[in-house]
Amino acid sequence: MVQFQIFWEYVKQYMKARLAYRLDLVVKFLTDLISQSFNLIFIIVVFGHTKQLGGWNQAEVVFIYGYFLLPWAIFGTFFNLWSFNDRYIIKGELDRVLTRPVHSLLQIIMESMTPESLIGVVTGLAVMGYGASQLNLDWAWYDSILMILFTLGGVLVYGGIFIALTSISLYTDSKTDIQPIVFNVSNYGRYPVNIYSRFVQFVLTWILPFAFVGFYPASFLLDRGDWRFYAYITPVVGLVYFSIAVLLWNRGIRHYRGAGN
Amino acid sequence: MLAMYKEVIRIRFLMMLAYRVNYYSGIIIYSINIGAYVFLWHAVYGGKPSIQGFTAIQMATYIAISWMARAFYYNNLDREIAEEIRDGSVAIQIIRPYSYLMVKVFQGFGEGLFRLFLFSIPGMIIVSFIYPIQLTTNPLVWTQFLISLLFGFIVNVEVNLIVGLFAFFILNNQGILWAKRFLVDLLSGLIIPISFFPAVLQKIFAFLPFQAISYIPSNTLVKGLSIHQWLPAIGVQFVWTIILALICWGFWSKARKTLIVQGG
Repeated sequence: MVQFQIFWEYVKQYMKARLAYRLDLVVKFLTDLISQSFNLIFIIVVFGHTKQLGGWNQAEVVFIYGYFLLPWAIFGTFFNLWSFNDRYIIKGELDRVLTRPVHSLLQIIMESMTPESLIGVVTGLAVMGYGASQLNLDWAWYDSILMILFTLGGVLVYGGIFIALTSISLYTDSKTDIQPIVFNVSNYGRYPVNIYSRFVQFVLTWILPFAFVGFYPASFLLDRGDWRFYAYITPVVGLVYFSIAVLLWNRGIRHYRGAGN
Repeated sequence: MLAMYKEVIRIRFLMMLAYRVNYYSGIIIYSINIGAYVFLWHAVYGGKPSIQGFTAIQMATYIAISWMARAFYYNNLDREIAEEIRDGSVAIQIIRPYSYLMVKVFQGFGEGLFRLFLFSIPGMIIVSFIYPIQLTTNPLVWTQFLISLLFGFIVNVEVNLIVGLFAFFILNNQGILWAKRFLVDLLSGLIIPISFFPAVLQKIFAFLPFQAISYIPSNTLVKGLSIHQWLPAIGVQFVWTIILALICWGFWSKARKTLIVQGG
């Protein structure tokens, strides 16, 4: 596994660079924590005025949000593709990447990853734990395994969508704003989808399947059977979206001409 | 003097105009965010006619108007100031024959005016077609709202100046800038009206300037406050603009003495 060795070297280099500015690291942790507690505060304040949200009580909604943080943190660690257009296309770094014998997408992921974001997994588990402690959940041994599978599926959904959107840059060098738009849609996935209109539910399930990142798997773990089918297909949806994205990427790389002359 | 600041506003307005395409996607993003909260609150209301004095429609209107107002008052002056302090260009700015902070304020205002006309107003029209909101047609209420909105803008600018000037004392204030953004969105009542917070928090928030940024203007428009209810609210905003202006001024005079240009 030469890829894994290279990956590990990248992690080591990254940590060295990052630890040179320790205070920045602490600040990053704190701001992540603030942004996550921000959503938690919203949920708690809202439940000060209602007993349920579309049939879900406070502990359940907190649990769903906590679960959502797991794929979210892993996605944030490995798929920092936000500045791809600036850094790799306009500044031409992609040319350097393409001369090397490792898959271009893998290199870019390794160059832009932020392992410290993984702390979000701990936060997510803590939030889930807090929600679960107020619920009487029936947690079978295989639930933990399913949870890991669902989480990976969610990461693939997220990763797939954003890789596909990023590969647009390979076809055209003009900037598109579709990434931030889709990113904001992704926030819909952290609440029970049955509160949305049919149209939004359809979009979140079949077009931009963010409901598979948070809500569907979490509802299964909460022992709600209504969405069981969707929960089970989470890893499949993830694989499908990710495969499509990689195909688009590979095609884009062949299509890529460079921004300069 | 005023002519100069008018020019500052004009230039910033034109600068923004050159990049106006970026704002179409901004309207879409804001509409998506408004939608998320409209759905959430819709579910919270269930069948209840009103919560904390807000009917369901007033709530949707509140969310729409507070986001579109945010497009007007939001700016990155804090970041700009921090960057100018870090790269040292603030030194040149200080020796120029104008007030550094006032120029920043008016640049922010030029930006705000641009967004008001090319973002907030068209955005509001689009959003009012998508979501169930109800805007008053009473011109008096709109006037009260606009005055209150202007004060909200000033308070937000002052908060930004203060946070930006922190860079004089803590050379890397990136984290503070981030944290401030979240805090202002939460404590200003952007997504939760202040009256929905638990009573203890409301008492604390009453002593903070943030509600003057978003809650007071949005509440004025949505509830259609009468003059008697509106005057104390605007009074609160006015007092905060003065207090924060004094803090800004104090910070600024202290900061100039401690200026260390990194690598300068």
